[in-house]
Amino acid sequence: MTTDDERMKHLLKQSLPPTSTQPRATLQRDLWPATLDRLDKTSVALPWFDWALLAAVVMWLAIFPRAIPVLLYHL
Amino acid sequence: MPTLAQPRELLQRFSLGEVDAFEELFRLHQGEVYRWILRVVRDPAIAEDLTVETFWRIHRSHARFDPARSFEAWARRIASNAALDYLRSKPRETELPDDLPQPPQPDPGISQELRQKTARAFGWLPPKLRIAATLALIEEQPYKEIAEALGISTGAVKLRVFRALRRLRKNLQRQGVEL
Repeated sequence: MTTDDERMKHLLKQSLPPTSTQPRATLQRDLWPATLDRLDKTSVALPWFDWALLAAVVMWLAIFPRAIPVLLYHL
Repeated sequence: MPTLAQPRELLQRFSLGEVDAFEELFRLHQGEVYRWILRVVRDPAIAEDLTVETFWRIHRSHARFDPARSFEAWARRIASNAALDYLRSKPRETELPDDLPQPPQPDPGISQELRQKTARAFGWLPPKLRIAATLALIEEQPYKEIAEALGISTGAVKLRVFRALRRLRKNLQRQGVEL
């Protein structure tokens, strides 16, 4: 690193001090409950192609209602 | 990030999707993941949100995790990506608070105005350069660790830091600061 680079680094550290010297440098609370909430929310979410498939099946049954017993038989 | 030895069996259970194993790994690593993200985003509330996001991504990708590899390095890589996505999503800094955090040993030769201008110039850097410069120059993390976390070579990290310094100088000149 050149002297200019070192000077820039010093200026940066004076302007944006390292986080280890700041308050709340360590985690203050347990994030497990928030993570569990996030997992719960996404576990019910279906990808878009599942919704597209469901919509296609519903449309198919609406156009060809006679197919409903056949579908039920095969389920 | 210090290396914690995890039993292979725990990592295997995690890769098979066991929630108990995931919770154990979460409790072992949440503090380190938070600290790593905080170094990049520099905001404790955002770092907490991104820690949750990181572990959500970790859980989502459990099947792709190789238990023979280091969980810490994998988690740090995912955390870096989450932090980078955040930096990309938010507009570059234009306004800064008047009260920037004080350095532990303030240099009397550097005025508050110059500190403000430097912080603003730094905020104008592209996220890829900012993350490398933050970790290398401000947080003084080893280049090898930064390279692993960003998924690039050590040489590429050095190049990004070099480019960041050059852009920073230009951004300061735009504000009338000559170094």
